[in-house]
Amino acid sequence: MSELAITVLQFGLLLLLWILILSIIAAQGRDMMVSRRSRTRAPQNPVPPPSGDTSDGAPATVHHSGQTPRPRPRRLVVSEGPLVGTEVELGSAPVMLGRAQECTVVLDDDYASGKHARLFPQGSRWFLEDLGSTNGTWLGEEQLTRATTVEPGDRIRIGKTVLELRT
Amino acid sequence: MKQDDHPKPRRNVELALLLLALAVAIGAKVLVGITLEEEIDSRYWVAGGSLAALSLAFHLVLRLRAKYADPFILPIAVTLNGLGIAMIHRLDLTPAYAGVAPRQVLWTAVSMVAAMVLLWVLRDHRRLRAITYISLVVSVILLFLPMLPGIGREEFGARIWVQIGPLNFQPSEMAKITLAIFFAGFLANNRDLILLAGKKIGPMTFPRLQDLAPLFLAWLVALGVLIVQNDLGNALMFFGLFVAVIYVATSRFSWIAIGGVLVAAGAALAYGFVPHFRQRVEIWLNAFDQDIYDREIGGSHQLVQGMFGLANGGLTGTGLGSGSPHIVALANSDMIVAAFGEELGFIGLAAMLLLYLLLFSRYMRAGIGTRDSFGKLLATGFAVILVLQVFVVVGGITRVIPMSGLVSPFLAAGGSALLANWIIVALVLLISHAARRPIVVGPMVNTSGAGASGTEDPLRSRETGEQSPVDSTATTPAVTGGEHR
Repeated sequence: MSELAITVLQFGLLLLLWILILSIIAAQGRDMMVSRRSRTRAPQNPVPPPSGDTSDGAPATVHHSGQTPRPRPRRLVVSEGPLVGTEVELGSAPVMLGRAQECTVVLDDDYASGKHARLFPQGSRWFLEDLGSTNGTWLGEEQLTRATTVEPGDRIRIGKTVLELRT
Repeated sequence: MKQDDHPKPRRNVELALLLLALAVAIGAKVLVGITLEEEIDSRYWVAGGSLAALSLAFHLVLRLRAKYADPFILPIAVTLNGLGIAMIHRLDLTPAYAGVAPRQVLWTAVSMVAAMVLLWVLRDHRRLRAITYISLVVSVILLFLPMLPGIGREEFGARIWVQIGPLNFQPSEMAKITLAIFFAGFLANNRDLILLAGKKIGPMTFPRLQDLAPLFLAWLVALGVLIVQNDLGNALMFFGLFVAVIYVATSRFSWIAIGGVLVAAGAALAYGFVPHFRQRVEIWLNAFDQDIYDREIGGSHQLVQGMFGLANGGLTGTGLGSGSPHIVALANSDMIVAAFGEELGFIGLAAMLLLYLLLFSRYMRAGIGTRDSFGKLLATGFAVILVLQVFVVVGGITRVIPMSGLVSPFLAAGGSALLANWIIVALVLLISHAARRPIVVGPMVNTSGAGASGTEDPLRSRETGEQSPVDSTATTPAVTGGEHR
């Protein structure tokens, strides 16, 4: 093959290599931006986006037929403790909180029990229930004795971790 | 890109990128043949075809087993591996080397199959947490295996090889993986303890003395590796891995400061007592001294010729097959980056370094995305291993730091390194699958107790059959979104 053709092919290879890199970067899109959801004090968006909005790995939202007169809080935010800043998208599925690895929200907190508490939806509200934890679960200033409704902004304290529901 | 809102499998993106990657990898090898006026015969088609078949098989395994895994890791690994094979093949066509490329293709096949099997069998990276301390024992055994008389072998002044029959491997490559598992498991368990206690001096909080013990231990092991095996690169990597993972676990800058001090102390000690290391530093500082250049053993010939090669490559390179990278000793393993710099030039080498950077960022992204602390630390550890290897190799070749015997991941000839890197790829893919997978929970069956839904333990759910977060084939009524086919 002629010298020229080989030179053209060599440059073609370099070009192909860079095309590969650029397409990887283009395909990544905003994937590297993790800050939006993990930011603690993210600006509260007044109009919640339409349903089906889930972060990576969070449960998808499914509306139970016509039983949501007002929207349920859809985010659980850790506002104090070792995991501060973590945010979990809530769907219609119950959420288990605790130190055990199989919990939905794994609390890295020495003062939390393996399966510490459970947050479950009922109608348009979330209920919090202690699962017989050693150090108890606190809602605001009171220790939980039975399943109790949680309103957005209520402080759920588990060990050294404080969580809050946000809309 | 609305991928934030709905986790998508993104396997089609992976397939498209994979085809592009294969075009680069196979194209590079064919180009070598064309330039050197070789006949493009069965050798080319067998090697290229097997790389393509293996990559597509890997892609298929991901589709079946880890649908939500990161779509960029596999194409990048295939590109680098394929370019490495092309360059090794190109060097085989010089008088200095022969028959290395077929072996590399074989090892690539073995490694990729091993990675696929691991992906298929392991399913969830959290199961590795159970072998935290076992992997410490395994690491120590692997690290000191080459010291055993009979099977240990010394090569180029470093005793890091083990030979059993015709099989020849470097156990320290595998030790990287087991050590990363141990560090991640250990720190995931003891993080809080290390984090809570400490004394505050100025702006930095220093850890308690007893919490420093593991760090000291890691330092001693690294130093031991350095002194006993004469292996500078691995010593630096193991210690760097530990410091980086502990820094990520605790987000305390003081660990980096203490680690830096220990590295300096270790370097000073090694300079005083390890002749091998002193020689490396000498070569690094006075590479262009005629005396050192002419030295028969331990001279700077390799380093200097590598730099001449890089200079000869210039901006666009001489073109694959047109340079003379074989002048450099070990051009197909330790110095393969110099060979690429000569033949692909700055443009090509920069592209390859960028591929490493992208791979590193994907590893880190998997760590950021996953929810369990063990997975986070494990992915970070693997990312650090990758980046430290690249830094030590490229830094050594460009005379930023003293040369040491690490190999560039995926590129260099060598079976054990290839195997280790592909296993790391499989593990990171599993972690990223766990990170991006939507949690699927069954309907609310009972509202309290240990069996209540809200847990996502794939192992337990299989026994009760009540809910099925991983097996989407099982029939769960009203499964929410995501994996429901």
